[in-house]
Amino acid sequence: MEFLRPASWQEALAAKAEHPTALPIAGGTDVMVEINFDHRRPDHLLDLNRIGELEEWETGTDTVRLGASVPYARIMSGLRAELPGLALASHTVASPQIRNRGGVGGNLGTASPAGDAHPALLAGGGAVEAESVRGSRLIPIDDFYTGVKRNALAPDELIRAVHLKKATGPQQFSKVGTRNAMVIAVCAFGIALHPDTRTVRTGIGSAAPTPIRAGTAEEFLTAALDEGGLWDSRKPVPPAVAGQFAALVAGAANPIDDVRGTAAYRRHALGVMARRTLGWTWEQYRAEG
Amino acid sequence: MGITRTPTSLTQSSATRGGIGESTLRPDGTLKVTGEFAYSSDLWHEDMLWGYTLRSTVAHAAIVSIDTGEALATPGVYAVLTYDDLPTEVKHYGLEIRDTPVLAHGKVRHHGEPVALVAADHPETARRAAAKIRVEYEPLPVITDEASATAPDAVLVHEGRDDHHIGHVPHPNIVHRQPVVRGDAAAAAARADVVVSGEYVFGMQDQAFLGPESGLAVPAEDGGVDLYVATQWLHSDLGQIAPVLGLPERKVRMTLSGVGGAFGGREDLSMQIHGCLLALRTGKPVKIVYNRFESFFGHVHRHPARLWYEHGATRDGRLTHVRCRIVLDGGAYASSSPAVVGNAASLSIGPYVVDDVDVEALALYTNNPPCGAMRGFGAVQACFAYEAQMDRVAAELGMDPVEFRQINAMEQGAVMPTGQTVDSPAPVAELLRRVKSRPLPPERQWETTEGADVRALPGGLSNTTHGEGVVRGVGYAVGIKNVGFSEGFDDYSTARVRMQAINGEAVATVHTAMAEVGQGGVTVHAQIARSELGVTQVTIQPADTQVGSAGSTSASRQTYMTGGAVKNTCEAVRAKVLDLGRRKFGTYHPAWATAELLLEDGKVVTDGGEVLAGIAEVLDDEVVDLELEFRHRPTQAFDLRTGQGNGHVQYSFAAHRAVVEVDTELGLVKVVELACAQDVGKALNPLSVVGQIQGGTTQGLGVAVMEEIVVDPVTALVRNPSFTDYLIPTILDTPTIPVDVLELADAQAPYGLRGVGEAPTLSSTPAVLAAIRQATGLALNRTPVRPEHLTGP
Ligand SMILES: Cc1cc2nc3c(=O)[nH]c(=O)nc-3n(C[C@H](O)[C@H](O)[C@H](O)COP(=O)(O)OP(=O)(O)OC[C@H]3O[C@@H](n4cnc5c(N)ncnc54)[C@H](O)[C@@H]3O)c2cc1C
Repeated sequence: MEFLRPASWQEALAAKAEHPTALPIAGGTDVMVEINFDHRRPDHLLDLNRIGELEEWETGTDTVRLGASVPYARIMSGLRAELPGLALASHTVASPQIRNRGGVGGNLGTASPAGDAHPALLAGGGAVEAESVRGSRLIPIDDFYTGVKRNALAPDELIRAVHLKKATGPQQFSKVGTRNAMVIAVCAFGIALHPDTRTVRTGIGSAAPTPIRAGTAEEFLTAALDEGGLWDSRKPVPPAVAGQFAALVAGAANPIDDVRGTAAYRRHALGVMARRTLGWTWEQYRAEG
Repeated sequence: MGITRTPTSLTQSSATRGGIGESTLRPDGTLKVTGEFAYSSDLWHEDMLWGYTLRSTVAHAAIVSIDTGEALATPGVYAVLTYDDLPTEVKHYGLEIRDTPVLAHGKVRHHGEPVALVAADHPETARRAAAKIRVEYEPLPVITDEASATAPDAVLVHEGRDDHHIGHVPHPNIVHRQPVVRGDAAAAAARADVVVSGEYVFGMQDQAFLGPESGLAVPAEDGGVDLYVATQWLHSDLGQIAPVLGLPERKVRMTLSGVGGAFGGREDLSMQIHGCLLALRTGKPVKIVYNRFESFFGHVHRHPARLWYEHGATRDGRLTHVRCRIVLDGGAYASSSPAVVGNAASLSIGPYVVDDVDVEALALYTNNPPCGAMRGFGAVQACFAYEAQMDRVAAELGMDPVEFRQINAMEQGAVMPTGQTVDSPAPVAELLRRVKSRPLPPERQWETTEGADVRALPGGLSNTTHGEGVVRGVGYAVGIKNVGFSEGFDDYSTARVRMQAINGEAVATVHTAMAEVGQGGVTVHAQIARSELGVTQVTIQPADTQVGSAGSTSASRQTYMTGGAVKNTCEAVRAKVLDLGRRKFGTYHPAWATAELLLEDGKVVTDGGEVLAGIAEVLDDEVVDLELEFRHRPTQAFDLRTGQGNGHVQYSFAAHRAVVEVDTELGLVKVVELACAQDVGKALNPLSVVGQIQGGTTQGLGVAVMEEIVVDPVTALVRNPSFTDYLIPTILDTPTIPVDVLELADAQAPYGLRGVGEAPTLSSTPAVLAAIRQATGLALNRTPVRPEHLTGP
């Protein structure tokens, strides 16, 4: 196995072009586990740790351009206001040690249905900035996850950053695990209210082959809030609406039975989380009014 | 000699001085906390090779062929061994029954059974070469439970059994069966006003020690081998290793290496014979370290169990009778199943007085992973079931569950179902009173001025509730555990103690073969030597087989047994020192002949406090050096039909009160507080005692709400051999554990002490379950509880 250590982003892109099968390594919290257990034997490891800009973020008027390697710990401490959903999700990842190393770029690279960043990214909305020697493109987050542990990156591409819409309303993230910390999601749910567009977006983790949005549930709730004039009145969401939203979220999932939980439980839990997180975000929206 | 050992030479003197009863600090404590302590996985030798074990990928199959050609031809590979390469006629080992092949022969009986060994110059080379070994399997029917094991046409897991249990078991797929019959349960049942029966299921728990199996075998010039290894009982290992190697025991020199936890999981051999075989074959030092995945296959687990109970009671709350049947799954090899059966049977009704009892306990041979020793050893599974029953009977009677237990609680002088009289304090009712009388943690303890603190709620940081759906429950349990090896086993320990004067100061050296696995023996031995010999400086020598056996670091026995051995040898050394003093100085002072003499603060003093001489003066250049064995009182085997017999040495008791918050909609649990009260006879080191109780309590919590090895019921393959999916409690899952320590001396035991390590593991689990039942109103007959058990299908 060869260890490539590019000193700059340009060198990294060149190396990836030259060795398309090279495996990028950022925090290494997924990569090293796979190598240690011999699940993966890459011919080249492409170390991204010398590229400082991957660990920085820029805040624009409407978006945050989050470097691929910004560790979860810094998202939690530095981006709580701009990206509250992702900050909450980051806090549920693993333990302090892992949160000091791992980041969103790695979570996207692995593209596990259980990755905790995904529901928050889907709910918040944004795009992945992928780059190669051929150029740079923005992949909408909705198009990024293409299959179980597969994503839309081309073999010569690296993730430079994630462009995320700055929160215009309350966001929440909730995850079920059978332990109170340091646990892989049995299922997870993210929700973001977007008062600017009067829409609601969601993300579901660990309950389908890829992270998904609960499209029908979003449409239902967006319409119900609209029809009830609730964005303006800031009145409580009627329980029947919350209940229907929860049922539609549960219905959107396509879970399986596995060693971490049953499909039926996952559906049930998603419904509960959807109802609760909607309640929390809406209460916050009302309080801010 | 180019070897990096991982000892124990670092554990030579306590970090703080102090005699018995003081909370002296562990000598290795700072090293462990700062990450500097060297464990067996850190062993290193120049030029060493790495061993790797090829394991079966199926649970039950005939081995049609093994082709090692390609593996052997791999550059860097020094040896590939299979069953056919074993050097002597002894090809099996085992703790009680030698039924475990060193390498699979003809068939494999469980998932992960060792089939072949590779030694190579790099661990990756060894692993990849092993992957090139081609093993052809022909599937056999998989035995997974009692029904498949005892069906009339069941395939036998072990054919041609000739062990000493085969004569009394009803089926060859039953390892051992132990009834306990006392009084007339059927007649007593007729007197009962209420009868409650239930079936209970206990999942397979793992010891989940953090230091994986590892060791280093170094071939010696005399044809023998030096083995450095993390284990629980050096001499038991030795007795199993030497015959397979064809070496006399003196040529297999074992030294304990740094042990990263054990909990019973290191009683059986793992890499010991394999490492020695490869070292002797290649003539080079060989190190073997399992990774976490392999570790789940490298040691036995706690027996999963199915238990049926019937309890009867009269209106006034007195138990009339108990009938029960306990079926333990021993998996593919016997390990310590027979002894686990003996414990489950004899302790099956708990710390209660019941005159009419009808009990049957047995362990199966199946193709599931082998099960054996784990903290609590057979008593844990029973306690989970009988405590659930006690709550249900109390509910039937409309009585308070604690009061109902107290009415039936045993006390000193009570008779066990085995006929044995409990002849030392048994403060069962008092322990319950103590946990019950503690104030409860405040309601809605998660509320802060800034909103809900999710860390105090079910789901924790995963942010699943801010109080919605959360219901509190409180539950109680109490248990009984035996201390020491039972059923007539000749259980002894050995200590060698040397006393001499160095630079004008009397110092002591203690040498035992006790495995320090974290329990704190190295701390306590120095405390005992200081108290008995009046010295300050005590050196604890590394544990090895150059001194007599210390027995196992298990059964809550080491402070009693090796602590007792150190005390015993110290007393003999003291007598010699005093003799020496009498001979040298007796003529100068009449007190030498007449007074009771003690060693204190480096001096010989009379019981009146008069100083007669310095110990160093008495010793001068003489060295007093003794090695003595120490035994507890003998026990008896249980009668094979009635279970009668004075089978146990000592009993220990602990009670818990659990306070939980349950998210009833999501089925998530937060244990808020787990209060414990335990009688320890005498706390030799109060800090260690509290540590043991908190650790045992947490391990019990683990199997209440998360810890389980999931075995596929059809294929018998292990589905979660990793810390990603075998979950153990984190600090956020660990509640406050207030501990109330009682010290009611047992006159039979050294210093009156009572073994501490296991009892808290028993009652913690049923207390948590009881609290969850109270919060949810669900029956919950199975542990661990999973979220879907609480939310419905
Ligand atoms: C003990 C433990 C607990 C964990 N718990 C959780 C958890 O609770 N929730 C969770 O979601 N995850 C968890 N993980 C998984 C892991 O920490 C996360 O997926 C993390 O986000 C990975 O980030 P990383 O920087 O370490 O990625 P790496 O391991 O470095 O890389 C991961 C993948 O992304 C690719 N990659 C990395 N950077 C780039 C880039 N710039 N461009 C293209 N590809 C790239 C790599 O090639 C690799 O395929 C846990 C891991 C461990 C070891």
